[in-house]
Amino acid sequence: MSGPAANVTVVTSTLVHAKGLTKHFGSFEAVRGIDVEVSKGEAFGFLGPNGAGKSSTMRMVACVSPRTGGELRVLGMDPDVDGPKIRARLGVVPQQDNLDTELTVRQNLQVYGRYFGLSRSAVRERAVELMEFAQLTDRADAEVEPLSGGMKRRLTIARSLVNDPDLLLLDEPTTGLDPQARHLLWDRLFRLKQSGVTLIITTHYMDEAEQLCDRLVVMDGGRIAAEGSPSELIRRYSTREVLELRFPPGEQSAAEVRDLAERVEVLPDRVLLYTADGEAALSAAHARGVRPVSSLVRRGTLEDVFLRLTGRTLVD
Amino acid sequence: MTRESSTQASRNDGPDTDGLDTANPPAAPKSSNGLLFRIIPPGLYAGRSHVLVERSYLVSKRAWMSVISGFFEPLFFLLSLGFGFGQLVTTVEGPGGPMPYAAFVAPALLAASAMNGAVFEATFNLFFKFKYAKVYDAVLATPMGPVDIALGEAAWCLIRGGLYSGGFIVVMLGFGLISSPWALLALPVCLLVALAFAAAGMAAATFMRSWHDFDLVQLAVMPLFLFSTTFYPLSVYPGWLQTVVQCTPLYHAIELMRALTTGYVGWGALGHVVYFVVMAAIGVVVAARRLGKLLLT
Repeated sequence: MSGPAANVTVVTSTLVHAKGLTKHFGSFEAVRGIDVEVSKGEAFGFLGPNGAGKSSTMRMVACVSPRTGGELRVLGMDPDVDGPKIRARLGVVPQQDNLDTELTVRQNLQVYGRYFGLSRSAVRERAVELMEFAQLTDRADAEVEPLSGGMKRRLTIARSLVNDPDLLLLDEPTTGLDPQARHLLWDRLFRLKQSGVTLIITTHYMDEAEQLCDRLVVMDGGRIAAEGSPSELIRRYSTREVLELRFPPGEQSAAEVRDLAERVEVLPDRVLLYTADGEAALSAAHARGVRPVSSLVRRGTLEDVFLRLTGRTLVD
Repeated sequence: MTRESSTQASRNDGPDTDGLDTANPPAAPKSSNGLLFRIIPPGLYAGRSHVLVERSYLVSKRAWMSVISGFFEPLFFLLSLGFGFGQLVTTVEGPGGPMPYAAFVAPALLAASAMNGAVFEATFNLFFKFKYAKVYDAVLATPMGPVDIALGEAAWCLIRGGLYSGGFIVVMLGFGLISSPWALLALPVCLLVALAFAAAGMAAATFMRSWHDFDLVQLAVMPLFLFSTTFYPLSVYPGWLQTVVQCTPLYHAIELMRALTTGYVGWGALGHVVYFVVMAAIGVVVAARRLGKLLLT
């Protein structure tokens, strides 16, 4: 820790503070010492391939998994000491829906509110509001099991809001949903953000991270590989534009274009040129007689950053 | 929304932040909160176990047929063995001398049904919710702790078991199988027995890996039901076997029930009660610890 004076300025709006945070399961090191600060009102993202340690980190922040080492403060408290107090002010959307399948939609919300100690009349009112928010009012007294994946996800998010949380933890909120359901969820999450709820999101969808996150870290192998806002990360680890030259498999030649871009990547069917000006690189390539099957100039994206930092090989 | 977080943080950022000993966090002493808090590390109990009872009640309202069915098992046994078989065995040696066979069997069935109901409700239910429905994962994301879960589920087993026992006691009364006002205590004693078996069943369920392990439950409960002097007195066994039977839980429950319904209650009854108090306490503590260990990894 730095001195106490520095602390005061930092913690006034810090909801999550982690320093050297580690988590071991037996001999497996899921999280290998990460530093994270999440401020109030922020939408903060953990990006990373499967097995990067995102969910383990989320479970520690959610106070359902004791840390192995390092510092962790959530809402200014230590999860090892004040777990229940912290959890009372958190909303948690786990990776897998764990709705109560023996109860109806409405009962799921009401009973969950009761776990937080809300009165029966309070949870009745809250359930109505939340079903409205999740667009599930017409399914209020339906069983949970036959609901579609998107509806279940919306209900899980609605349920996580029952206690009016200060901090909402979303572990891969839209994995496995169709595009319509994802966009509806993003809209709901965006509204929550507008209303001042702090969000922490894990995802391996780059578009989701760009849509929702003000700031994010890229995790790989239990460590933080990079940190910043989406545009910062693109600037730092990629380029403004990317020129994609498509060739018949095996016929691409990187040698002729290697000096046209800051960085060149050769894939089985394509050559990627990372450059500030894609059009200029394309004309230069044409001038040298490079004849790709097709070409495309696009903006640099988080996906480029992600692949650069975590590699293209399959992780698990 | 987070007015107090800043002050909290600066206060907590003391020299304790090395955080190395987190696998076994030093238990903050909370001695004023009673025995449970001293046994269970802090943070595992929110004092809100009744909400899980509410949940179970909501669920059972939607599945009332399965709830009612639990009442019939001991009744069928009573009709078949007590009155059918009882035609052949007219009297048997009870606590106060020879007694009609039906009156001998009925209190034993009362005890056995308290055991059966509690064990199966506790093991099946807990295992299903824990392993498949992931109900408890969701519960533990709230301020609730594993002790809330263990107590709440045990309490529900108890309420359900109490309803069955109460119904069966009324049936016994109707058939004239109760001969002492001590029988008023039969219901609370049934609840204690049910609590002990439910707690033991929950603890056992946390060790189960798959549905196959439920055959082991059956394997444990069946001989208890058949050999714990349910259908004949202890004197039919040779001496060493009598000692074995006297160590098993259902034997103590049956002794208690027979004493209460016939009115031959001695100080030994207290020993039986203590047996179940200890069994219940161990079961709840083990179940809560195991749930915490399995779910809060």
